[in-house]
Amino acid sequence: MKKIIKYVTWDILRNKIVLVYTVILLITSLSVFGLEDNATKGLLSLLNIILLIIPLVCIIFSTIYIYNSNEFIELLVSQPLKRKTIWLSLYTGLAVSLSLSFFVGAGIPLLIYHPNILGLLMCVVGVSLSIIFVGIAMLAAVKTRDKAKGIGVVILLWLYFSLLFDGLVLFLLFQFADYPLEKPMIAISALNPIDLGRVLIMLQMDVAAMLGYTGAVLKEFFGSTKGIIFAFIVLLFWIAMPLFLSLRKFKSKDL
Amino acid sequence: MGGKNNNMIIANNVSKQFGKLKALDNVSAICNKGECIALIGPNGSGKTTLIKSILGMVVPDSGFITFKGENISHNWLYRDDIGYMPQIGRYPENMTIGQVLDMMKDIRSSKKELDEELVIQFGLKEILNKRMCTLSGGTRQKVSAALAFLFNPAVLILDEPTAGLDPIASEFLKAKIIKEKEIGKLVMITSHVLSDLDDLITQVIYMQEGKMIFLKTIEELKMDTGETKLAKAIASVMLKN
Amino acid sequence: MGGYAEVRICFTILSLLFFYIVSAKTILVGPTHVCKKITAALNIASAGDTILVEAGVYKEQNLVINKSIVLKGINFPVLDGEKKYQIISIKADAVVVDGFKIVHSGISSLEDLSGIKIYGNRDVVIKNNKLEDTFFGIFTENVLNCTIENNQLTAFSKEEQQSGNGIHCWKSDSMRIIGNTITGHRDGIYFEFVKNSVIWRNTSKDNIRYGLHFMFSNDDSYICNIFSNNGSGVSVMFSNRIKMFNNFFEENWGDASHGILLKEISDGYMQGNYFAKNTSAIFMEGASRIFMKYNTFENNGWALKIQASCMDVVLEKNNFIGNTFDVGTNGSLMQNTINNNYWDKYVGYDLNKDNIGDIPYRPVSMYSMIVEKYPSAMILFRSFITSLLDKTEKIIPSLTPENLKDNRPMMKKAF
Repeated sequence: MKKIIKYVTWDILRNKIVLVYTVILLITSLSVFGLEDNATKGLLSLLNIILLIIPLVCIIFSTIYIYNSNEFIELLVSQPLKRKTIWLSLYTGLAVSLSLSFFVGAGIPLLIYHPNILGLLMCVVGVSLSIIFVGIAMLAAVKTRDKAKGIGVVILLWLYFSLLFDGLVLFLLFQFADYPLEKPMIAISALNPIDLGRVLIMLQMDVAAMLGYTGAVLKEFFGSTKGIIFAFIVLLFWIAMPLFLSLRKFKSKDL
Repeated sequence: MGGKNNNMIIANNVSKQFGKLKALDNVSAICNKGECIALIGPNGSGKTTLIKSILGMVVPDSGFITFKGENISHNWLYRDDIGYMPQIGRYPENMTIGQVLDMMKDIRSSKKELDEELVIQFGLKEILNKRMCTLSGGTRQKVSAALAFLFNPAVLILDEPTAGLDPIASEFLKAKIIKEKEIGKLVMITSHVLSDLDDLITQVIYMQEGKMIFLKTIEELKMDTGETKLAKAIASVMLKN
Repeated sequence: MGGYAEVRICFTILSLLFFYIVSAKTILVGPTHVCKKITAALNIASAGDTILVEAGVYKEQNLVINKSIVLKGINFPVLDGEKKYQIISIKADAVVVDGFKIVHSGISSLEDLSGIKIYGNRDVVIKNNKLEDTFFGIFTENVLNCTIENNQLTAFSKEEQQSGNGIHCWKSDSMRIIGNTITGHRDGIYFEFVKNSVIWRNTSKDNIRYGLHFMFSNDDSYICNIFSNNGSGVSVMFSNRIKMFNNFFEENWGDASHGILLKEISDGYMQGNYFAKNTSAIFMEGASRIFMKYNTFENNGWALKIQASCMDVVLEKNNFIGNTFDVGTNGSLMQNTINNNYWDKYVGYDLNKDNIGDIPYRPVSMYSMIVEKYPSAMILFRSFITSLLDKTEKIIPSLTPENLKDNRPMMKKAF
């Protein structure tokens, strides 16, 4: 398995799109930190990149990569290899190389300019989101045979996670404004990894505003050891669940 | 021929359905050592599905396939004995030929001696550093063919092997197939170019709409149809059905 | 007639002065002196005398000063109220209490037991004392022209009910509250019906409720004070003509917490104040004719929450930097003037290079309106959808008040 991971990772790291992605991230984060005199503004721009661009790039790139590797996957399947090994290798290759791109492009500048909890947290969230969206992409790709349809599905998924879900939450908030919603909100934020990451970063970033009542409830929860463990279990779950489902599907899939 | 221990692959009432389409309908066949079997039939007759079933890429709905007497379902180690050359060979774009060969060697980590005859004949040694995305379709076919023979497998499954190959490479490949057949390997070939197959094959499986119409030796087929060329014999079979 | 009265007053003062110089004496109190207790010294003292108290612990129960004397401690003698008594009660004019450590007063909400209480006198000076664990710290009622200077007041209570105010002034006039440090009380400084007074260079922090709390107190000035990390910040209500210069309002966090709450305030003047890291730096309700200039708002949740009930508030040349929301409001009608401020969120341009942005800045975002109405929506903060809503709102304003805008936003910091 290690051998395939090695070759797949090497292959993806030399992919032009991944190289461009890394360089653009690097240029953006350096300019954001270097040019803005206001540190918070720089972090905010980077937060938007982490929450929007990274899931989008990861999900689309991974989907296309899987579709383009169809014949390669067939060839691998014809070799004396377990399907599980093949799938996990592809997954690891994608996850490692895309996380690495993020880390080089945004993580390192982040840690240089903000060597604190916030910088570290943003790194962790960025890497987690990269891995999570690779998994979601692979699930979508293994479920849909047609490439065009598959890409459509993942764009919709991205739209759902980054926009529609929050729209639904807003709608719920308006509908149930009379009820105390702070605690259910914690549970709801766990249903979307982007939201969870955002809340975690936000609590570190906008301390003052967050200490309104809602903020206080969130802070109390995510500030405690229990809350941090919860958040990381949820993130791990978001990593594991799509992977598990896609693996199960891939094992019995007719190629 | 036909002795029990000569049986390499046995398909037993294998059926597979994709939606409404019956890709394989109760297919049974016995393939032995030293045979070179041509899988022939119109498009969509189930040839590729049969090959994929043998390779474990497609899981039959019913029936089973044994390889050297062992059921292949939930088994993957048997594929160590198979060399497969796909119809379209596509490899990770940024790998070089050398890396693809190395990766396969790593995956197989076989103790058997490597058979680099085709690698050398196709001149792949000289272009080991070329990336896959810069190669022509024919060169990629050469890589696929070389890979299929590289590990000295007991069974070779070749899907449209000569399509896209230049005549010289095509001749090298044919010579190689004959050579391997003669040292007792089982070779399965699907091809549309029937004239290519004339000197190679010993058996013909003819499929139509998922059903196996017959499995005959080439002599039987020629006798039954009264033709001397495979292409003509098959044409007359197709007309009959 | 009038001339005769003046002469008589002059004569009286002169004779008093003469009497003072001639007869003022100093009484020493301490373990080695005749007077072991301050009460004993008080009994033999007469107006104008000085009582010097040496270091030691004195349990005087309730020390009542009813003569105009100077009570001075050497090396902070301790006056202990044994958690039962009020410690010093001043019932004469022109008393000076200087250099004591006053600890453990009794607790009673009925009698407002204090470290030092002044009952209806004038010209009293309380300075250089350390008050610890007192219920109320320094309490004045109906007093005039008193000075409370350089005292340190510390209380340790955790609950509002178990704790009184640090410096509590009621119905007083012309007070000077200077250079005190107050922590751990209910309200750091509390004013009710106090006028013409100045509060200067005090530090009020970590108090349970408000750092500064005043009501019905007109014509007061607050200069160079630090109010930080109090339960609910600073609360200012029902007062007119107050002036606030160069104060710091910092780290007042919490749902109901404000840097400063201005409620029913009119004719206020605020200049050069610095607001940092407050949940909302300024919360205004029913305020009118407030003039704000050269203030800095940095890293607050809301720099300014201005309710629709405010009128004629003028915001000029203030800096708004790194605030989560610049301005929040609850209504759509706005009758205030906002001009020439610097907003770090401003993204306009300045074609004629006069350092003033060519398009107006709207400091109220749609999302801040939503959060105002549905506080739970805070969880969507910084999400894609809310920034989309904000962008849409900027192009087609529908929810945010049309006339709440800075028509001349500065391109660089206003000062």
